[in-house]
Parts: sequence; C-alpha cells; structure tokens
Amino acid sequence: MVKEISTHTIWELLKTIPDPEIPAISIVDLGIVRNVHFKETTLHITVTPTYSGCPAMSFMKDEITRHLELQGITNYQVNTSLAPAWTTDWMRDEVKAKLKEAGIAPPSDEINCPQCDSKKVQVVSEFGSTACKAMYKCLDCLEPFHHFKQI
Amino acid sequence: MSKELLFKYVLTLGDDALILGQRLSQWAYKGPFLEEDIALSNISLDMFGRATLFLEYAATLKGNDSTADDLAFKRNEREFSNHILCEQPNGNFADTMVRQFFLDAFYKLFLQSLTKSKDAQLSAIAQKSIKETTYHLRHSSKWIIRLGDGTAESHEKVQSAIDNLWMFTNELFEMNQIDNNMLTQKIGVDCSSIKAEWDQIIDEVLSESTLKRPENTHMTSGGREGIHTEHLGHLLSDMQYLQRAYPDAKW
Repeated sequence: MVKEISTHTIWELLKTIPDPEIPAISIVDLGIVRNVHFKETTLHITVTPTYSGCPAMSFMKDEITRHLELQGITNYQVNTSLAPAWTTDWMRDEVKAKLKEAGIAPPSDEINCPQCDSKKVQVVSEFGSTACKAMYKCLDCLEPFHHFKQI
Repeated sequence: MSKELLFKYVLTLGDDALILGQRLSQWAYKGPFLEEDIALSNISLDMFGRATLFLEYAATLKGNDSTADDLAFKRNEREFSNHILCEQPNGNFADTMVRQFFLDAFYKLFLQSLTKSKDAQLSAIAQKSIKETTYHLRHSSKWIIRLGDGTAESHEKVQSAIDNLWMFTNELFEMNQIDNNMLTQKIGVDCSSIKAEWDQIIDEVLSESTLKRPENTHMTSGGREGIHTEHLGHLLSDMQYLQRAYPDAKW
C-alpha cells in the first residue's frame, strides 16, 4: 500500500504546506525539507531548522505529520539534521519572486523596495517579527517593509 | 571516562547559551523601544535554540532517559558551569550591550574553531550557530559605537559598563582539565589561542567608539567549576520555579 506512493507524490504534498509565518511560500520553497526517501516501507523525511530558536519549527513538523496522516500514511519518520546549515542560498529565484510579490524584500546583497524597486532604503531594525526578517523602510515611496535576511 | 568528559564539555556550552538566553529574555516588554525589545527577544530565542541543541546532545551522552529539560531545570547553582559573564544582571541598556558585545565577539571566534571539531554533532551545532552569532555581533558592535560616540551620558554609561564587566572577560580564555582533554582529542577549542583575535575585535570597536580599554583590572573566574556570583541563584530560582514547584509538569 505504502510503496505505491512515490517520493515525487510526497514532495508535491509537502509543497502544499505553507510556511506558518510567511504563507506566500511553502516549507519546500523555504528550503527546510532536505530529503525524502523510503527505507523499505518507512517514509523518511529530513528537515533542517532555519534559525535554531525558531518557534515555528515544531509547528512545521506537526504540519508535516498532519498532512501525511490525512493521506493515510502512518509509517513515517520526520528527522532533523543540522548540517549542512540552512542558508537562504537554497531559495530559488521563483521563490524570491513570490516573496517580493508578498511585499517582502527577498534575501540579496542589494535590498530594493518590494513596492517601487527603489534602491534608496533604510534599515529600521535588524530584527523583525520573526527570526528570519529585518525591518526596512523605503525613502522614495515611504512604505515600510520586511527584508528576508540573507544567511 | 571519555564520554563523561565530553558530556561535561557539551553541558558547559549549553549552560552558557541557556543562562545568557534567560538574561536576555528578561528584557521582553522592557526594551528601550519596540524594535530593540524585539531584537533582544530574538537574540534570546537564538540562545535558547542553541541551548536546546547542546543540552539535547548532552542528555543523549548522559543516557538513563535524561532530557534537556532535566538538565536545564533540575540542577542546582553549583552544578552550572557557564561563564560568570553570562549571568551578570542586565543593568541598564549599555550594561546589556557590553556584555553581549564581549560574548558575541568570543562566540564568533569560538564557534569558528568548533566547526572543525572531530565530533560531528558539535561541528554541526557550531555551523548552525555561527551564522546567528555573526549577525548578533554586528548588532552589538553597532550599539557600542552608537553609544560610545553618542552623547556625553551614553558615552559615560557604556564606558562604565566596560569598566565593570571587564573583570569577567579573562575567564572566557581560560582552559581547565576538561578543555585541555577535549583539545587533545581535537573535539574542543583552544580558547587561549583566540584571545589575540578577540582583543583585536574589541580594540577596533572601542577605538571607533572613542571608548577606553581598561588596564590592569583584577580578573575573576570560577564559573566553569561551579563557583558563581550571587546573581546566578536568583536567575535560577526564577527560571526553574515551575519545575521545582510542580516536578515534571507538562503543558
């Protein structure tokens, strides 16, 4: 029964789980799902934390569990690995585009206003409402915005 | 025997992160302004995350179904081996920032070296944590410069914080028997060898901030051996209250 499900199907399933704090992107987009494979009949999913103290981490693991069980998958293990350490370099260009669409300046050496693309921006706070974001404001259109920190 | 030493080494690293995290969390709702309140809480969370990683690892080394929570909440003051600097009270904002700056600079160098540990788990935790510490150091350095080169009052407060906390800095670079054993096994860090680089980071920021580095201050230590200042007991009585009053309570 379980063997009929391919890892591809699992990846597609995981792509439907939104990041709890930035619902515009999925947990796969975020880059925390590192590996999906079957070992005999057990499904193994490996995730890696974004920030070590990120409170959303346990919520994301619970969401993975919940989605698997909704599909009738009961024989699984969700493991955490620390190395290699999570980096925003794993974020693909299309994911960065989704962030910009949601009003969040994506991780980059050069931070532009997600609203008007102005380069004239100013940091308001290096820490934001979540561990992964910093606060900025645009000096042209005056909109405040979040920047997804590059690490 | 070797596993026992590794356990103690990892526990010490967990204690540093846990106690500093607890101190920083005491700023929540009391920050000088909203953004800084959030910054201090974020850094506190990073330290708690790091403490969890170290203490979970320590618990597996200890065995006997020991957990990270047992280690955090059911040990007495003398069983904690954190650096004394981590437990120093928050004081005013300058005191907190100076404590953070001294420790961030130390952790940056310490973790850099720990990434090369022969112990795969310690190396993995270091690789994870170094990114966060690099960000913390940028934040605390900027504050030292802003306060030092700011108003007469902010300059005086940050200089006084530096003078008061300086006596706890030498402990960061001391090596005890466990440290030396771990170093020989290529698991641990040679703290004495990172002192020169730490001095350089501190001197550069102090000079840009127009602040003075204290000279010939009496240095104190003892945290690694469980000899703490009077502040740790108070911190623990607050942090451990719930598990002491209602052992194994879960929610």
